[in-house]
Amino acid sequence: MGETTFNFKEIQGREERLVPGHRMCAGCGGTIAVRNVLKALHPGDKAVIGNATGCLEVSSYTYPYSSYEDSYIHSAFENAGATLSGVETAYKALKKKGKVGAEYKFITFGGDGGTYDIGLQSLSGAMERGHDMVYVCYDNGAYMNTGIQRSSATPSFADTTTTPAGKYSVGKTQTRKDLATIMAAHNIPYVAQTTYIGNMKDLYVKAEKAIYTPGGAFLNIMAPCPRGWRYEAPDLVDICKSAVETCYWPLFEVIDGKWILNYEPRKKLPIEDFLKRQGRFKHLFKPENEHYIAEFQQEVDRRWEELKLRCEM
Amino acid sequence: MAIRTRMSGNEALAEAIRQINPDVMPAFPITPSTEIPQFVSTMVANGEVDTEFIPVESEHSSMSAAIGASAAGARTLTATSSAGLAYMWEVVYVAASSRLPIVMAVVNRGLTGPLNINAEHSDSMGARDSGWIQIYAENNQEAYDNMLQAYRIAEHEQVHLPVMICQDGFITSHAVENISLLEDEPVKKFVGEYEPQHYLLKEEEAMAVGPYAVSNYCMEAKKAQAEAMIRSKQVILDVAKDYEQLSGRSYGFYEGYRLEDADYAVVAIGSVCGTTKDAIDRLREKGVKAGLLKVRVFRPFPGEEFAEALRGCKAVAIMDRAESYSGQGGPLGAELMAAMYRAKVQAEAVNIMYGLSGRDVRVEDIEKVYADLQDMAENGKTFAQYPYLGLRE
Repeated sequence: MGETTFNFKEIQGREERLVPGHRMCAGCGGTIAVRNVLKALHPGDKAVIGNATGCLEVSSYTYPYSSYEDSYIHSAFENAGATLSGVETAYKALKKKGKVGAEYKFITFGGDGGTYDIGLQSLSGAMERGHDMVYVCYDNGAYMNTGIQRSSATPSFADTTTTPAGKYSVGKTQTRKDLATIMAAHNIPYVAQTTYIGNMKDLYVKAEKAIYTPGGAFLNIMAPCPRGWRYEAPDLVDICKSAVETCYWPLFEVIDGKWILNYEPRKKLPIEDFLKRQGRFKHLFKPENEHYIAEFQQEVDRRWEELKLRCEM
Repeated sequence: MAIRTRMSGNEALAEAIRQINPDVMPAFPITPSTEIPQFVSTMVANGEVDTEFIPVESEHSSMSAAIGASAAGARTLTATSSAGLAYMWEVVYVAASSRLPIVMAVVNRGLTGPLNINAEHSDSMGARDSGWIQIYAENNQEAYDNMLQAYRIAEHEQVHLPVMICQDGFITSHAVENISLLEDEPVKKFVGEYEPQHYLLKEEEAMAVGPYAVSNYCMEAKKAQAEAMIRSKQVILDVAKDYEQLSGRSYGFYEGYRLEDADYAVVAIGSVCGTTKDAIDRLREKGVKAGLLKVRVFRPFPGEEFAEALRGCKAVAIMDRAESYSGQGGPLGAELMAAMYRAKVQAEAVNIMYGLSGRDVRVEDIEKVYADLQDMAENGKTFAQYPYLGLRE
């Protein structure tokens, strides 16, 4: 595909495909992902939207109301990849028979629970088979729909309801699974990681590439959750910016196996800047826990250096 | 013109699938159903069908992809056995409650514990309350005939439910027997083109599938699904009637074999019915009025019809090839006895467990069952518990 152009006004003027009236929380990162990814669909193109069980599903398709202008399918928690792969295959079959003429795109959304954990096999299978579809993970780093239980995407030391910080615990003891790298190892044509920065150009450009690159594509979007991360709704933008400026959540793409770093902060901020904005890390700022922050920083640094090596920087 | 040939049950199903030419088939290999996706893949490779085959990474994804494909508007098929069906469990329910006319070829094999690959009905019997129509075959011919009728039932506007076409692992799926096949054109005409009313890829309207429904709506959805299952009874009979016109072979909810005047009846499902018919012929020669009620349709459960067919029998043996570990017997026993009670059919009844994990059943074993029935009726013999047939002492 050609170079993506970004005309903010034109894109924001496009008709909404996720319409108002859904029941997601104020300050939720999940809906921002859906709304903006769907904005990257070219006007006139049709789509079938898939969804894993989670906050998004129960809040955006609560019978009898659908918040989607496009066709939509949810079947279960762990099978968003497989379900949409069936839809995409049906499209091929019906197109071959001349029963469908229009251009359709296939995009499915899952939280980190449905993607990193219970849905990993289904996602891996769908990507390996090369279906022409996009899997979007809106990663809020815990099972938020069931009440903030840890997932393999939860960062170290986060206070969740299954890794509570307490007298003998400082939250989650393991580090985050690096799913974008796992997906890149599937050798699919497009993998990218993004979050909500500035005028959403980074997200838009990546969503458009993901949708219009033939074959499987995976988009990992850091999508803060006000309930789980414990922040005030307006702080979402600053948290996302901080995640990028501290290199906790780097912006990168893997195009046909080539790693590309999209943004390198002029001055990398210390991880405290990201942690201090969220109640789930509050316990780390007790004087006796400060060494855990240093540990967290070490892991962020290690991963950042590793990423730069991959990007040949 | 009928085509007379010989083939295994799996081959017969594959031949039916070739003639139906479904749009999409996701499948994952598992013994003894593996041959079915293999045969279909070969047909795809040779251009004999237009089917898009999806080599999924698991049975859970197999049923999930089938749900996606069917919701998208494609005539969809899958096949599985045993642990594969168990692994699908969650989404087997989703397929039925989403009212998707998927057809699944089930080659019956026991569920693990210990691991075993042979014939048993615990896989599909475990899914008996999932909302799928279940049709069972005695042999390759019936597996073929049932398959050709499946989509007409599943896609019927009064039904919209998925259908399992079941046959016994190895005994039916792998044994080669004579069979009479139909020609392609009349089959295609009989099955017809799939023209769904609502589907994801309908260009004129968007559609949403799989909502979250609160208690205010959910119960009505379940009732509607149950009503569709009840309505499917007439559709199953109507389709069978049409099929008889085409093939000359007649089907219903059950087959009665020398049942009308029988004093002693065996009720069974699947390949054991052939063995039972042999035993009946031997016993009839000796003057014993033995008969068989062979269950073809288990879901919906035609309890009234079964009970009525057994009215007048002195004693009935209900044969289960699946444990339910209820301490009371198996699923067919439980449901049929309840139906007989409601219909006030007063025959003595015993529920017998047989053929688990492929345990062989001989004609002599079935003769012994009839001898026990006679003993029950004439001498008041009782069974302390539901007996196991052919168990090693």
